[in-house]
Amino acid sequence: MTVVEETGLTSGRGEKTGVRADADGPAADAPGAELPDRPRRIGGVSRSGVLSLAGAAVSGLCVAVLLFGELAPFSGALGFTVTAYAAFLAIYAVLTGLEEDREAVRDRVMTVVLWTAAVLLFAALALVVGFTAWRGREALPHGNFFTQDMQAAGPLDPLSHGGIAHAMLGTLIMITIALAITVPLGLACAVYLNQIPGRFSRFVRTIVEAMTALPSIVAGLMVYAVWILGLGMQKSGLAAGFAISVMMLPIVIRASDVVLRLVPGTLAEAAEALGAPRWRTVWHVVLPTARSGLATAVILGTARGIGETSPVLLTAGFTAALNGDPTNGPMISLPLAVFTFVRSPEPTMIARGFGAAAVLMGLVLVLFAIARVIGGRGPGHQSKRQARKTAKASRRDEERFTELHAAALQLFDSGSQDDTEQINDSGDSH
Amino acid sequence: MSAVEASGEPEPDRPVPRRLLTARGLGDRLFRYQLTATGLAVLTVMAAVGLFLLLRAAQALRVRGWKFLTTAAWQPDVHNFGIAAVLTGTLLIAAVAVTISVPLAVGTALFISHVAPRRLRRTLVTMVDLMAAVPSVVYGLWGLFFLQQHVIGLSRWLSDWLGWIPLFTVDGTRPGEPLASESVYTASTFVAGIVVALMVAPIQCSVMREVFAQAPAGEREGAYALGATRWGMIRAVVLPYGKGGIIGGTMLGLGRALGETIAVYLIISPVFVIQPHILQTGSNSVSSLIALHYGDASTFGMSALMAAGLALFLLTLAVNFTASSIVARSRSGAQSEA
Repeated sequence: MTVVEETGLTSGRGEKTGVRADADGPAADAPGAELPDRPRRIGGVSRSGVLSLAGAAVSGLCVAVLLFGELAPFSGALGFTVTAYAAFLAIYAVLTGLEEDREAVRDRVMTVVLWTAAVLLFAALALVVGFTAWRGREALPHGNFFTQDMQAAGPLDPLSHGGIAHAMLGTLIMITIALAITVPLGLACAVYLNQIPGRFSRFVRTIVEAMTALPSIVAGLMVYAVWILGLGMQKSGLAAGFAISVMMLPIVIRASDVVLRLVPGTLAEAAEALGAPRWRTVWHVVLPTARSGLATAVILGTARGIGETSPVLLTAGFTAALNGDPTNGPMISLPLAVFTFVRSPEPTMIARGFGAAAVLMGLVLVLFAIARVIGGRGPGHQSKRQARKTAKASRRDEERFTELHAAALQLFDSGSQDDTEQINDSGDSH
Repeated sequence: MSAVEASGEPEPDRPVPRRLLTARGLGDRLFRYQLTATGLAVLTVMAAVGLFLLLRAAQALRVRGWKFLTTAAWQPDVHNFGIAAVLTGTLLIAAVAVTISVPLAVGTALFISHVAPRRLRRTLVTMVDLMAAVPSVVYGLWGLFFLQQHVIGLSRWLSDWLGWIPLFTVDGTRPGEPLASESVYTASTFVAGIVVALMVAPIQCSVMREVFAQAPAGEREGAYALGATRWGMIRAVVLPYGKGGIIGGTMLGLGRALGETIAVYLIISPVFVIQPHILQTGSNSVSSLIALHYGDASTFGMSALMAAGLALFLLTLAVNFTASSIVARSRSGAQSEA
């Protein structure tokens, strides 16, 4: 831990800070080391910082070019990048070291490293998404891609035949079934975890948390074991909907539980203090307060459920035809369609696969955008429309109270003496 | 309706503490019963997952006994099957994935919570969350059609220079041999691991960021006041505080990596021997085994697949329980969401 030995408020440049720190502290290299006279820069951009960054970048690049082109028998784009980056870091450290102390050098270098990690991750992810969208460009412009199924289109047919309408309809039906199960069950369970504390609900919460990373194929396997092997049903959209529900349920419960925990306790207490029974408190106070967060939880769960392939793979069967009946006959979903398309060696089928993947990704993106718009606000924050509605409701309440109050006053004026005493008595007894 | 009642007539000289009674109305009692029933229903569904897998797997497990864990082959119809190969493959893929994703996730989480320009932060958080929601089949496509060709150079370099470590050996190649067939480097554990790493990194990152952002402001400012640099502050305050989050996030990603099916299935070429060379073509995982064989399995074969599924289920459950108990016990608290 750091120790402050002298206290002296320092306000400006050039004053001694009067702070000393021992070896464990972040501030100094050795016990008793004096800190620089200037206040430490934390973050921000300085001219010399930018210059040394640019200088280091240029020299790093030059070192790599020199090594790869002239001096050493290195080759490969990846090797070039890595060498250039290593040289850049080393030169940057030296350049910063010319005018800063060791701590500051370490800070600068680590800042660059953190930037690199973030840029690398985001670039890789952008590459994943961008690649799919780019490869999807062949199939997407064809209008029939969205309106036809694959029943009449063979693997050798061009992209102007056949489409993924059956998969889109299948995804829609399956996710509807899954939502019809998970939304009531999931939200009620989240309310249960929050409203009825106790050993049992703690146990349920632990189990649900452990189940959030349930492998999706296990969810599919379970429905396969129960519904298809156990009850002897056939593979269908309904079974796939069940499998997706099993997978989504813990995710929705967990996310809703977190949101419900954020509802200010004072609101619920105020409702209870006004004499509302628990269920009215939950229905009229807790749930509306957390509405946007709950919507986000459900939508994010939906996004996960839509994208899952393996539960559907095991339970829905495969079909190339449009099937609108979830209880009868096989059905296919978008991710499953992608999966089956790209396993074909035909380029047109692979193009269809990428097209379907792009549609799927677009769907997830739209769901996500909706979730952000709805769930951008924390509990208790309202949109303008909601605020207007609330204001109207409280105006109505005020009018009602005024009327009631007026009536009570009349009663008070015209009532008999006994009535008043009774009221007083009941007031005193508490 | 709940009501507070004073019970009994208080004696005039000795004050008796008032007893508080809450009488629950019919509506509230029904409400409680209904909620408890929902909790029970959810618990039943969750228990049913394990129970039915166990029931269906019993037949296969009785036949094989402990050999189920040590056999590499998968020939259920001649009663010669086990999960040694697929389990090793699953663990190796997950290990590669976690090794790659954790530094990226920690770095990005620190970047978003403490380094990035303030107005960028919200956008970056949204992007990470969005990436966590991208369907796994999309990652699989990318791995199959893009990464597969581009990673060969890296695989070859690793096996040339680090080939003396058994993990990086590739049979049938010599270091520096320029004409070695490129196909020995494709469809490997390594490629699958990279794809799964990209898939789990956003999940890990969002858990870690959540915890890092909660590092107490007082301690952070204290570190700055004592003259720490930003990195000094991160090392002295944020990282110790967020240790639980780092471990929890890592484990959560590990759980996802172990269970990943489609991306792995698309990339690897399945082999049923224990394959410890991660750069060499051929690998396997429990979930892709199930996806591969569920269609052509006999009744007994299905039972064997259920047993494999049960093993995967127990493995992820163990990982998850460890993760949540670590996060719950650490100072960072349990506020992190999955």
